[in-house]
Amino acid sequence: MIEIENLVKKFGPLTAVNDISFTVEPGQVLGFLGPNGAGKSTTMKMITGFLAPTSGTIRVCGHTVEGDSLQAKREIGYLPEGAPSYGEMTPIQFLQFIGDVRGLKGAKRKERIDTVISQLHLQQVINRPIETLSKGFKRRVGLSQAILHDPQVLILDEPTDGLDPNQKYEVRELIKGMSQDKIVVISTHILEEVDAVCSQAIIIANGRVVANETPQELLSRSPTGRMDDVFREITSAEELS
Amino acid sequence: MKNIGIIFKRELESYFATPVAYVFMVIFLVLSGALTFHMGNFYERGQADLAPFFNFHPWLYLFLVPAISMRLWAEERKSGNIELLLTLPITMIEAVIGKFLAAWLFTSIAVLLTFPLWITVNYLGDPDNGVILAAYIGSLLMAGGFLAIGACISATTKNQVIAFIISVVICFAFLLSGFPIVLDFFRGWAPQYIVDAIASLSFLTHYTSISKGVIDLRDIIYFATLIGCWLYANAVVIEMKKAS
Repeated sequence: MIEIENLVKKFGPLTAVNDISFTVEPGQVLGFLGPNGAGKSTTMKMITGFLAPTSGTIRVCGHTVEGDSLQAKREIGYLPEGAPSYGEMTPIQFLQFIGDVRGLKGAKRKERIDTVISQLHLQQVINRPIETLSKGFKRRVGLSQAILHDPQVLILDEPTDGLDPNQKYEVRELIKGMSQDKIVVISTHILEEVDAVCSQAIIIANGRVVANETPQELLSRSPTGRMDDVFREITSAEELS
Repeated sequence: MKNIGIIFKRELESYFATPVAYVFMVIFLVLSGALTFHMGNFYERGQADLAPFFNFHPWLYLFLVPAISMRLWAEERKSGNIELLLTLPITMIEAVIGKFLAAWLFTSIAVLLTFPLWITVNYLGDPDNGVILAAYIGSLLMAGGFLAIGACISATTKNQVIAFIISVVICFAFLLSGFPIVLDFFRGWAPQYIVDAIASLSFLTHYTSISKGVIDLRDIIYFATLIGCWLYANAVVIEMKKAS
């Protein structure tokens, strides 16, 4: 379970995240929506322990991220924005490194690496330097490292960005398949994705939560029944206020 | 502790995965050889020691070590990998030490590849190998000091060129802090004990005494403290700058 209470993050005079609270239960896929600069990535960076909040608390599976950060980090698999990885390494070297850091050993490590390679269809590129791979493959390498240790909590910052429609479909199926007993938080610009994979959607604008409901509830807000219209209506009202 | 080893191994392998390692080693070996024989008058001196070789190390390191250290954290920040690295279940200190040790071992490999010089001098004469060993130790300690400074500076910027230039300037100040060029800058306004303290910070003073064969505990403590302080500052800088 992820519990977030009164989370605030300020960068100098700018308040990037302004008093956000929500919880995510196991089995839920939470979609984070919002215009660019709304505070989605900043919130994810705080959940994963990369940035320290200005105030507020975050608990991941009972561990507070500030006080017990190593335990919290062990529970989390994280795909940062842009899916960074070490370009000079090959996917197999990269996954072995991540496996070592995650404490996977010997046969277990090999088994997990083989599993994620086949889940994300990386077989043909495992021995090529990551910097020579296409954007879609880089993104999948990033995803494979996030799920390598079979984490209880998955935080994915724009997991399908740069993938073609088939790859997007497969990644969504993968997320759905894993979400049964796990907690998944994804951020996205793609509104159809919310409908396709998320069980709960949070819309953030100007650092505040402006909607927290199921995708069906969101859709029923609009007379047209289109997610784009709902999104525009909610976020532009917030920006004007 | 185990994590330091994992970070160390990955970092060291990354040097050899790119041409960086080979370019650095070739340049280092060519320059140190050329300086020893042409400017150090290795033969003409008629003495069986490696003083002309070790005397050039501070000046070689001044430019070559920042070239190694500049990418340590600047690249990590530029590529966004720092976010991946620091959300893995490792501590900041483990990451800082692991990366530093990899850079230090890499530099040490380059330095130890100069062993043909040691063979040459033993073939030509009968040098004091104890002094040579001490000089190698002093040289590696000094390289560690340069690297720790460079690592910290590298964490302040995403731009490797800026990291390189600022590291060279700070290393130069540390190298020459016993010399008038630096001391005169402070003498006008700082109290004498500060000027003395700055003078005692000089790499050259400590390195020269070790390279003459005298391994004084104070010189070892000097380099160990210097490395420790700069690595601590390195961790603080990463913590402060990671949001930007």
